[in-house]
Amino acid sequence: MSAFSQLRLDGVSRRFGGQAALTELDLTIEAGEFIALLGPSGCGKSTALNCLAGLLPLTAGSIWQDERRIDTLPPERRGFGMVFQSYALFPHLTVRANIAFGLRMRRLPKEETRRRTEEAVRLVRLEDHVDKLPGQLSGGQQQRVAIARAVVFEPSLVLMDEPLSNLDAKLRLEMRTEIRRLHQSLGLTTVYVTHDQEEALSLADRLVVLREGRVQQIGSPRELHTRPANWHVADFMGYRNLWRGQVEQVDGARATVESSGHRLLGEVVGSLQTRADAVVAVRPEDIRVDGPGETRNAMSATVEVVEYQGRELAAEARTDTGLVLHLRTEQRIAAGDQVKLAVDPQRLLVYPADASAATDRQPDASGAAR
Amino acid sequence: MSGAGPGRPLAHWRHRLAERGVDRQLWLLVPALVFVIALFLYPFFYGLTLSFQPTRGGPFSDYARFFSDSYERGTIWITLRIALPAALLNVLAAVPIAYRMRGRFRGKRLVTTLLVVPITLGTVLTAQGLLNFLGPTGWFNRILLASNLVDEPVRLTHNYWGVFFSLVITGFPFAFLLVLSYLSGIDPTLERAAATLGADWRRRFTRITLPLLMPGLATTFCLTFVLAFSVFPSAVLVGNPAGETRVISLAAYQAAYEQYDYPYASAIAMIMGFVELVIIAVVLAARSRFYTGSTGGKG
Ligand SMILES: Nc1ncnc2c1ncn2[C@@H]1O[C@H](COP(=O)(O)OP(=O)(O)OP(=O)(O)O)[C@@H](O)[C@H]1O
Ligand SMILES: [Mg+2]
Repeated sequence: MSAFSQLRLDGVSRRFGGQAALTELDLTIEAGEFIALLGPSGCGKSTALNCLAGLLPLTAGSIWQDERRIDTLPPERRGFGMVFQSYALFPHLTVRANIAFGLRMRRLPKEETRRRTEEAVRLVRLEDHVDKLPGQLSGGQQQRVAIARAVVFEPSLVLMDEPLSNLDAKLRLEMRTEIRRLHQSLGLTTVYVTHDQEEALSLADRLVVLREGRVQQIGSPRELHTRPANWHVADFMGYRNLWRGQVEQVDGARATVESSGHRLLGEVVGSLQTRADAVVAVRPEDIRVDGPGETRNAMSATVEVVEYQGRELAAEARTDTGLVLHLRTEQRIAAGDQVKLAVDPQRLLVYPADASAATDRQPDASGAAR
Repeated sequence: MSGAGPGRPLAHWRHRLAERGVDRQLWLLVPALVFVIALFLYPFFYGLTLSFQPTRGGPFSDYARFFSDSYERGTIWITLRIALPAALLNVLAAVPIAYRMRGRFRGKRLVTTLLVVPITLGTVLTAQGLLNFLGPTGWFNRILLASNLVDEPVRLTHNYWGVFFSLVITGFPFAFLLVLSYLSGIDPTLERAAATLGADWRRRFTRITLPLLMPGLATTFCLTFVLAFSVFPSAVLVGNPAGETRVISLAAYQAAYEQYDYPYASAIAMIMGFVELVIIAVVLAARSRFYTGSTGGKG
């Protein structure tokens, strides 16, 4: 299967019965890119990936590989490699035969099949295990077989469905580096599904955030990290503090919001009018404890819960007016302490609260969103 | 067992035994054991002893008698000639149908029920139906005659074919249900993975599904073969019990209830069991060459 220079998803939609699992996904993937599909459980990530792989027919839309329409092709004729969440290794074949499967299906000459299989084995460092059956491997080794099997025939696109979710924390970090290394050395175009924002940020060139089957934002890790497009994305990207409030004043890119009796100054994302309902989003690590001389967005609060997390502490504090703050700090604080907290206005994002939010999870006035 | 004294070696042994699967849960096997001894082992050894005590001659004379008489000896071949192809056909026919039906689709329950109904009919009713349908004046022949495809009725009952059809009709549902459950024990993601690796449906079947299914097929074959090998009612009802379909169970029956020669009947039963064991041993030996571990499905 020849490589492409561009893969275009055009209004790709999928319904199950009456329920929409994926709605109008538009996305252009450039050759060599590493794209992460990110979103909470059930948002349609696997659906999108299976539609791309050809394992699930679309209910609307089309997929184009350069000028060729491919959404009507069966999976075996798309030539995309896929890593399944459950690995899906063939239990009756050895590691070597598993990895060679894609090459065999392409009827390559024996010698080339052997050579490329050995190469892939070396790439994922499984030289000592080639004659074992998958059932005799550890989870991480199985994962590596699955990856080797999906990349050995140099597919024009590699799809990975939460490939690390079954591994323990340490192995997950190792494999993450390994996947990144593989991507860099082979230059394979990759679409990677995950619900772990940290994983997505560290791996991808570009992130696609989905929610309830709809794209919320497409952007670089930096864009998503610093400027989520709406408060749902912010929520997902680690802005644990989501406070409801009302806009008091808009001044260009800045707005002042009243929330639980606090007047907060922050950056406006989207369009806001005075008096409109707003949601304020702040990352725990952007709340400073006893910031020297910081007067804007200052609040005094009582520390309620402290969790030890290595160098940092994660804490929950409550202001006199009942606003709950999640924060991370390297300072030694303890439950019951009175602290002065402050947020840099550049790090405080103000979003319009969406009107159609009757069924959504709402950040409540006290900020105890979780 | 606290620390010192004689308690320690005892606990040690208990641990060692438990590692080998010997622990109190073994008591759960008692009912099954009683059942096996009372209903299988006892009659088996009773028959075995009896077969060595013929009414005339030395301990092996009944066996010699069976094998020296070509009419008797031939029953083994006759039975194998019916049972092996019938069992094979049952398994082979069950595979594509079960393969097609392994997913979920509308009306699956109805189709499954229809395929399984023959189990509930029993051999006699099946034989009756066969006679009505395939007999010389049955619908099948009447249709053939009316459409001028044949000049005289095709004989499909009271011969080899009658018994064969009856075995297929009664044996197929078993084979089908077994194969279906073996198939649904194979993780469907494996085939999807094979598809993304470039395998079309034919190669997905031959490279992935079939090898994983083979052990199940071998077991299914053994079970349907055993069912077919002890064929008795249909051999009489839709077969030709004096000639072509004089199966081995019929020979045993005649020895026991027409000649009242129980030792000889026991000897025939022993031979019958031995032939079955040989076939099963061959099939299971072939089975062990395939991968027999977990196939990742829902079992
Ligand atoms: N075969 C199916 N039949 C009916 N509904 C389905 C089917 N597969 C998925 N869905 C629905 O489609 C929606 C999206 O499912 P999908 O598997 O794409 O989620 P996901 O984002 O991959 O979630 P997760 O992170 O939990 O894997 C879900 O609401 C799910 O219930
Ligand atoms: Mg999923």
